[in-house]
Amino acid sequence: MTNLEKYTQIFTETFGISAEVAASLEYQQIQEWDSVGHMSMIATLENVFEIMLDTDDIIDFSSFEKGKEILKKYDVEV
Amino acid sequence: MVEPYALDKQAKQAFLSNKLIELTKNHYVRCVEYQKILNTLQIDVDKLTSHYDIPFLPVRMFKEYDLLSIEKEAIFKKLTSSGTTGQQVSKIYLDKESAANQSKTLTKIVSSYIGTRRLPMIILDTSTILKDRANFSARGAGILGFSIFARDKIFALDEDMNLDIDGLKSFLEKYRGEDILLFGFTFMIWNHFCQLLKEDDYGIDLSKGIMIHGGGWKKLAEKAVSAEAFKKELQEVCKINRVHDYYGMVEQTGTVYMECDQGHLHASIFSDVITRRAKDFSVADIGEKGLIEVVSVLPTSYPGHALLTEDEGIILGEDDCPCGRLGKYFKITGRIQNAEIRGCSDSYASKFK
Repeated sequence: MTNLEKYTQIFTETFGISAEVAASLEYQQIQEWDSVGHMSMIATLENVFEIMLDTDDIIDFSSFEKGKEILKKYDVEV
Repeated sequence: MVEPYALDKQAKQAFLSNKLIELTKNHYVRCVEYQKILNTLQIDVDKLTSHYDIPFLPVRMFKEYDLLSIEKEAIFKKLTSSGTTGQQVSKIYLDKESAANQSKTLTKIVSSYIGTRRLPMIILDTSTILKDRANFSARGAGILGFSIFARDKIFALDEDMNLDIDGLKSFLEKYRGEDILLFGFTFMIWNHFCQLLKEDDYGIDLSKGIMIHGGGWKKLAEKAVSAEAFKKELQEVCKINRVHDYYGMVEQTGTVYMECDQGHLHASIFSDVITRRAKDFSVADIGEKGLIEVVSVLPTSYPGHALLTEDEGIILGEDDCPCGRLGKYFKITGRIQNAEIRGCSDSYASKFK
């Protein structure tokens, strides 16, 4: 599985949405991606890619696209 | 990164006055109710020179009115204070920017005490508190806010508020030898954790633990449990040495006042405390008990940057705490009596009618 597939799957499984919806998703756009959903998505992401995000990056993680940028800092190319 | 305790009195006064006067001007333009209040008080926002002169709103104003400085469409989150049934709760409206700034500021402040590494975290509460995701209490919001410091977390209490000893033990086993963050509310920690471990310690060893607790001492004061007794008891039942109380309120979420290892609550550069004499609201001296006013640079979406609380406290000093942090340090002595609350804030509020 490519990193993009893994990354997308985290969104589709955590929030119960399709890959198409995930690709343009923003924080709080759907009910499932609220602050509780956010922490659980981050936890899954950290497990899948074996990284630990800084607190500031957790706060800045505001969309599917923004998340890709943040992951670059941790040497994860999506 | 901005150091949260790096400014001395003079530098902080300049920084805060500048920011808070700017905020006052913005709220004056954007919030009609706030404008009315300032007009009634005959405040000329262009003539303010110090944040000590900015009118402070009693916190109960946020219970009685919807005060916001943003368009309704920009509301991203609504925070409410905890309140017993029948009591009115404060309603605080945030846009995306102010919500993010709250989290960022909380992170900066707390990092000064626990470091920047995220830690395994034990939440001394029940996970059911987060079940109703659309509607958090202040307790749920506090837990969520602090969860950002967790890299793995468990809730130590089940839905019936019983301590999950087995879960706790296996979590501690998993992270043996590492620093562990514990978070909870003072009264709940006392009732559902401390008292239980007093009967049987179950071999729980938290000598690597760092506990952060808040929510106030009112209920424990009724049981005559002091802050010293609380710490001593915790030390005895689970060997924990690092215990930090914090003071803060939902109306100024993010700018919390953390207790240092000297037992003092500290104001960061993002906020400040001012004690005022109840008789005329003049500024009390260091060492003199007064009503607590809190100012914070974070409230951009609602006019809550200068608030008079219903707490009393004493400023213990400024820039000279042995822990090395600059800024004011203080202690809370209690809540003002009901009659006095009605007395001072009612008379204050009645001016606006």
